[in-house]
Amino acid sequence: MSAKNAALPPVPAYLLALLGIVAIFMAAFAFGKYPVSPSNLLRSAIARLTGGSAGLPEAIEIVIWNIRLPRVVAGMLVGAALAAAGAAYQNMFRNPLVSPDILGVSAGAGFGATLGIFFGFSLVAIQITAFVFGLAAVGIVYGISGLVRRHDPVLVLVLAGVTVGALFGAGVSLFKILSDPHSQQLSSITFWLLGSLNGINSRDLASAAPLVLIGLVPMVLLRWRVNLLSLPDEEAAALGVDVARLRLVLIVAATLVTATIVSIAGIVGWVGLVVPHAARFLVGPNFSRLLPASLLLGAGFVVGTDVLARTLVVIELPLGIVTAMVGAPFFLYLLAHTGKTE
Amino acid sequence: MNVIETRDLSIGYGRKTVMDSLAFDVRVGEVLCLLGPNGGGKTTLFKTLLGLLPPLSGQVRVLGESITGWSRLAFAQRVAYMPQAHAGVFPFTVSEIVLMGRTARIGRFAIPSRHDRKIAAGCLEMLGIAHLGECIYTAISGGERQLALIARALAQQPAVLVMDEPTASLDFGNQIRILGHIDRLRNQGITILMSTHQPEHALRVADRIALLAPGSIAGIGAPKDIATPDKLAALYGVTEDEITAYLPARALPN
Repeated sequence: MSAKNAALPPVPAYLLALLGIVAIFMAAFAFGKYPVSPSNLLRSAIARLTGGSAGLPEAIEIVIWNIRLPRVVAGMLVGAALAAAGAAYQNMFRNPLVSPDILGVSAGAGFGATLGIFFGFSLVAIQITAFVFGLAAVGIVYGISGLVRRHDPVLVLVLAGVTVGALFGAGVSLFKILSDPHSQQLSSITFWLLGSLNGINSRDLASAAPLVLIGLVPMVLLRWRVNLLSLPDEEAAALGVDVARLRLVLIVAATLVTATIVSIAGIVGWVGLVVPHAARFLVGPNFSRLLPASLLLGAGFVVGTDVLARTLVVIELPLGIVTAMVGAPFFLYLLAHTGKTE
Repeated sequence: MNVIETRDLSIGYGRKTVMDSLAFDVRVGEVLCLLGPNGGGKTTLFKTLLGLLPPLSGQVRVLGESITGWSRLAFAQRVAYMPQAHAGVFPFTVSEIVLMGRTARIGRFAIPSRHDRKIAAGCLEMLGIAHLGECIYTAISGGERQLALIARALAQQPAVLVMDEPTASLDFGNQIRILGHIDRLRNQGITILMSTHQPEHALRVADRIALLAPGSIAGIGAPKDIATPDKLAALYGVTEDEITAYLPARALPN
């Protein structure tokens, strides 16, 4: 009986998450300068599928298909990707407090992307520089944590990540100062550093989605073995895992996913830290369940916070500010809550 | 028939040789217990036998095959390791921890099947902790964790079980319990190589005892020939009187 419980995913949790996502998806259309009611959305979608006419004003059709949909899809992609990367990092570094932000990956990728924007690179080139610097950041952090063995490894990893992140952050600031204030450059760098779904068009999505999928493939395939990385290295090795190689594959995969997102949406913080925590709280730490749960919750979280970013005040807030406002208190709540039960 | 054979084996880290000229066997179905002071090389020996540390020179054979060039998988299918218990980071259930022992028996990209879960459940049953299956591993007691780790090692279906101080940091009752389980596993034909700091534990469960003095094996054989007050005194650097005063007379061989 016990083995059966461990194997079957808790269906109600998934169902709930799925329903929640659909609700948030609807809300993303319903809120904004041009609200689209769920019934209009459904009518327009059915009309598109069957080839008929929905009989809706042209403006609403444009809002649905050219403005809202790319944005909602972008939110889902950003959220799912960052949450999956965060879950993978937490597992492979045996540390529930790490995330793409804390490991310096976001800052490194941000520095790479800033470099790309500064020199006027194409989007693909920006994605490549973001990936390279993201990988460099996590490589340096992991290297430091391997060298400094006199302190608690969890602490060293977090501190090294914060340090490297700050260094790359300083590099970004440097390029901000150097960039031309009269061109688009400065404002695009600034806005983009705060994280936003605003500038993402369907071409960006088409170039980012395959890279995110490529990064997710090893996570899905290795979903059982990822669990063993949360054991001490020698123990995992004795259970048949080539620890160094598995960790390398996952670092590259999670960093590719993070850097891709940073290159289209900027630095959207907190998602990679908070969402895997919430997911673990709901479905447990087993990565074969944690990964799908993180993907779903992450998608819902970012689409939801983006709705807030668009509607909370008259101007549109950068997404990163809203994820921080929602994520930080939630994270503190989780810390307090899990502390009590364990 | 031997599960493990070592010949002219020298072990250590890089240039630093910890032990050399090792030549001992672990026989099928026996409990071989390693006794020795800290720094005597028990951990280095275990790491070498588990393939975590390459031998400096000489031969190790497991089930008659040389371990040279073995993959991690090949080791895990034959030699299982029961480490000293630690709390763990993430709240896995005990069942999930035990299922991790099946990793070497399933495909690289697979997740444990119904068959694997049945085996894991059987291992929990064997150690009398089936009721803990759905408990959170990080929340159970140290003694229970130790049992879960034995169950995980058994789930690997190995030829030999290597236990690193299985009774360390346990209270008196749990020490007795673990020793009882080791005894029962032996009776079911499982080969065990274990280390301990307590000679009376070795005397309780071992078929043979090996004395690991720094650098070499000072003696290996039946407990009554090996765990004598004079040999223990020499091994640990204390007097024979101190040994006999500390260990109850009936625990010692005569």
